[in-house]
Amino acid sequence: MSSSTPTNRESGTDTQGNRRGRLKVFLGYAAGVGKTFRMLEEGQRLKRQGIDAVVGYFEPHDRKNTIARSEGLEVVPRRKLSYRGSSFEEMDTAAILQRHPSVCLVDEMAHTNVPGSERPKRWEDIHVLLDAGINVYTTLNVQHLESLNDQVFQISGIRVRETVPDWVVKQADEVVMVDATTGALLNRLKRGEVYDPEKAQRAVENFFKESTLAALRELALRQTARELELREEEISQASESSRAEQPIGAQTQDRILIHLTADPSTAMLIRRGRRVADFMGAECFAVFVSPHPDLASLPKEEREAVEKHLNLARNLHIETRVLEGGDAAETLVDFARRNQVTQIVLARPRYGWLSRLPGGNFPLKVIRKATDMRVVIVAERRQTH
Amino acid sequence: MVNEPHRRPKPEEFLAQAEQEERLKHRGRLKVFLGYASGVGKSFQMFDEGRRRRERGEDVVVCGVQPQYPPEVAAVLQRLEVIPTWKIGEAECIDVPAVIRRHPQVAVIDGLAYDNPPGSPNAHRWQDVEQLLEAGISVVASVNIQYLERLHDEIERITGKRTPYIIPRGFLDNNADEIVVVDAPAMESLLRGAAPADRAALAAEEHKLSQLRELALLVAAGVVDRQLERYLRSHGMDQSWGVQERILVCVTPRSNAASMLESGRRNAERFHGELYAAYVQQPALSRKDRAILRQNLAYAHQLGAHTESLRGLQPADAILKFAREKGITQIFVGHSLREGAWRRLWSSMIDRLIRSAEGIDVVVYPH
Repeated sequence: MSSSTPTNRESGTDTQGNRRGRLKVFLGYAAGVGKTFRMLEEGQRLKRQGIDAVVGYFEPHDRKNTIARSEGLEVVPRRKLSYRGSSFEEMDTAAILQRHPSVCLVDEMAHTNVPGSERPKRWEDIHVLLDAGINVYTTLNVQHLESLNDQVFQISGIRVRETVPDWVVKQADEVVMVDATTGALLNRLKRGEVYDPEKAQRAVENFFKESTLAALRELALRQTARELELREEEISQASESSRAEQPIGAQTQDRILIHLTADPSTAMLIRRGRRVADFMGAECFAVFVSPHPDLASLPKEEREAVEKHLNLARNLHIETRVLEGGDAAETLVDFARRNQVTQIVLARPRYGWLSRLPGGNFPLKVIRKATDMRVVIVAERRQTH
Repeated sequence: MVNEPHRRPKPEEFLAQAEQEERLKHRGRLKVFLGYASGVGKSFQMFDEGRRRRERGEDVVVCGVQPQYPPEVAAVLQRLEVIPTWKIGEAECIDVPAVIRRHPQVAVIDGLAYDNPPGSPNAHRWQDVEQLLEAGISVVASVNIQYLERLHDEIERITGKRTPYIIPRGFLDNNADEIVVVDAPAMESLLRGAAPADRAALAAEEHKLSQLRELALLVAAGVVDRQLERYLRSHGMDQSWGVQERILVCVTPRSNAASMLESGRRNAERFHGELYAAYVQQPALSRKDRAILRQNLAYAHQLGAHTESLRGLQPADAILKFAREKGITQIFVGHSLREGAWRRLWSSMIDRLIRSAEGIDVVVYPH
C-alpha cells in the first residue's frame, strides 16, 4: 500500500537538476469574488519588481476593473481551434513553453479544454508548465474540488461537472483565499459587473442565493485553513524525521478501506473516504469484491459501473484492488484484518425488501464480523438546499 | 431548502429582528477587513474598495491613515479625499468632529486598534468609530486579529506575546455588519515587512504567522457560519446545514465511551465541528452501571461535549430525534461484546439506527 497522496512540493528538483515551477492557487467561492483581479494585481507587482510575468490565459468576462488590471502585462496569444463547426480559443501551452517566462498567470484551473486539444483539462496544461520550471499563478473556486462535489451539491442543488482532483491542489505551494462578503458579491452581480443581465438573472436563481453563497464561502475559508494546516504539518513532520532515531511505528497510523460496488452511491463514498483520509493523515484504499474470478464475466452494466468507480478512486490517488469472493462481507473483513485496516467505509444501502431476509443486511453483516475495527456507514447527506 | 418545512419565526424572534432593523436604519454600517499581520495587504484592499465606491458615486472620505505606505497603496490613496488626523505628540488620532461636520457616506479608517493619547475625548479609536456609526456615517476599517480581545489567549499561545491595543470582545460581534478576510501567504507578508535575515529565525517567524493566518481564516469562517444561521433563522428555516460536522457520541455503561469520546473530539477538532454526547435513559440500571455512566458523562463534559440525557422506548428513535434537532452529521455507537439475547437486541438497535439515519453517518466502534 502506498502512502495516501504523493506530493512533490518539497522535492524542488528532478533527476536532471531542473527546478519544478511553483504553483500558487487563488481560491474563491464564486465567480466575481475577485480571484482574477487579485491574480493580475500580483502579476503587476511582479512586473514592477522586474520579474518576467506573462498572462497565459485570462477570461476578461467584460469586467472593467479586471481588464484595467491586465493592462501593461504581456499576453501570450491564445490558440484557435475549431470543433463541430464552431471556433474556440484555448491557452497555447506550446507557445508559453517557448516563451518560457518566470511566472505565468493562468485563469480558471478547472476549465475543460475543447475536444481535440492536446490535453483534456487545463490543470494538465498547468502541470506541463510547472514541469518545465515555469511558476504558475491560477484561480479556482472551491466548488470545483472533486472531494467537495457532494457537499456542494447538497448546499446548492447543483452538480458541478468540471472538477479538479484534490491532489492537484494539494501539490500547490500556496493556496490563498480571495474573500468578499456575500452582500458585496450580490451587489456586483446586480450592477452587471459579474455577468451580462440575462446570465446574472439565471445565476441569482441558481448558485447566487445568499444562503448558498454563505455556505460556499464558509467552505472555502475552512478549506484554505485546512490546506494551510496540511502544509504546516508536512513541514513539522519533515523537521521531525530529519531528527535522528525517530521510533518506528510510534504513531498509530489509520488505514481506511472503502468498499467499492457498482452502486451509484460509490462515487460519493470514494470522495468522502478520500476526504476523511486526508483530514486524518490516513492511508486509503478501495476494494471491489467480485463473485467471479475476473471483471470480464460481470454483466456489462455492472462491469462498466465498477470500472468507472475504480478509475475515480485511482484519479484521487486511492490504491484499488479487485478481490474474488462469494461472501462479500467476509472477503472484505478478511482483507481488512490482514492489512491492519482501522476503518471500513460502506455506503448506507437503499433498504428494500431483500434486506429483511435473514443475512440480507450487508452493513450489519460487516459490523458483526469486524468487531476489532471501526465500521463507518456513510449516508448520502440530505440535500438541505 | 426545498425539503425543509418552513417554520414560522417565534414572536420574540420577530421582535428582535424588528429592533435590529430599526437600529440599522439610522446607524452607519461597519465593514471590517480582517488580516492576520501587517503586510498582508489589508490597506490596499480597503482603499481600493474606497476608490471603487467613489467611482460609483458614493461620498467616500479617508480619515485614518498609517504613517507610511508602499507605492501601490499610496497610488490608490492619492485618488481619495483625506481628512487629516490630529497630531498629539507622536500619536495621530481621528478628527471626529471634523468628520461628522463633513458627514460623508463612508469613512475609511486604516487600523481600528489604536489607543488615543491621554486627554483625547475617546480613549480608544474603536470608540471614535462607534461615534461615527451613531452619527449615521458608514465605516470601512481594517484590523489585525492580533488585537482582538476574543482571541487573546490563542494569540499569546502562538506568539508568546500579549498585545497592547485591544478591540473589546463584543465590539465586532455587535457592530460589524460585514467581515472580509484578507489572506496572503505568511512568507509574502514577512518579506513586505521587516523579515529576519537569519534562516532559522525566518522559518520560525513564518510558522508563527501561518498559525495566525489559519486562525484568521477560521475566525472568518465562524463569523460566516453565525451569519448563515441568522439568515436561515430569519427566513424561518431550521439549521440543518452540512458545512460544519456535528458529532454525537452515544454513551452507555457498556460502551467504550472514553475512546469514542476522544476520537469524537479529535474528529470535531479536525473538522472544526461540534461534539455532543447523549445517553438514553434505561430502567433498572445496577449501581455499578450508574457509576460508570456518571463517569463517562463527566468525561464527555470535560472534553467540551454538550451532554444530554434522552428518553424513549426505542433507543434508536430517541437518538435519531435528538440528532435531527441538532443537525448531527455523524453518530458514534459502541460495539456490543455481550453474547446471546443482549447481542441480538443490540443488533436490532444498530439495524434500526442505520435504516433510519438517512443523511447521517453511523460509526460503529470496536472495544
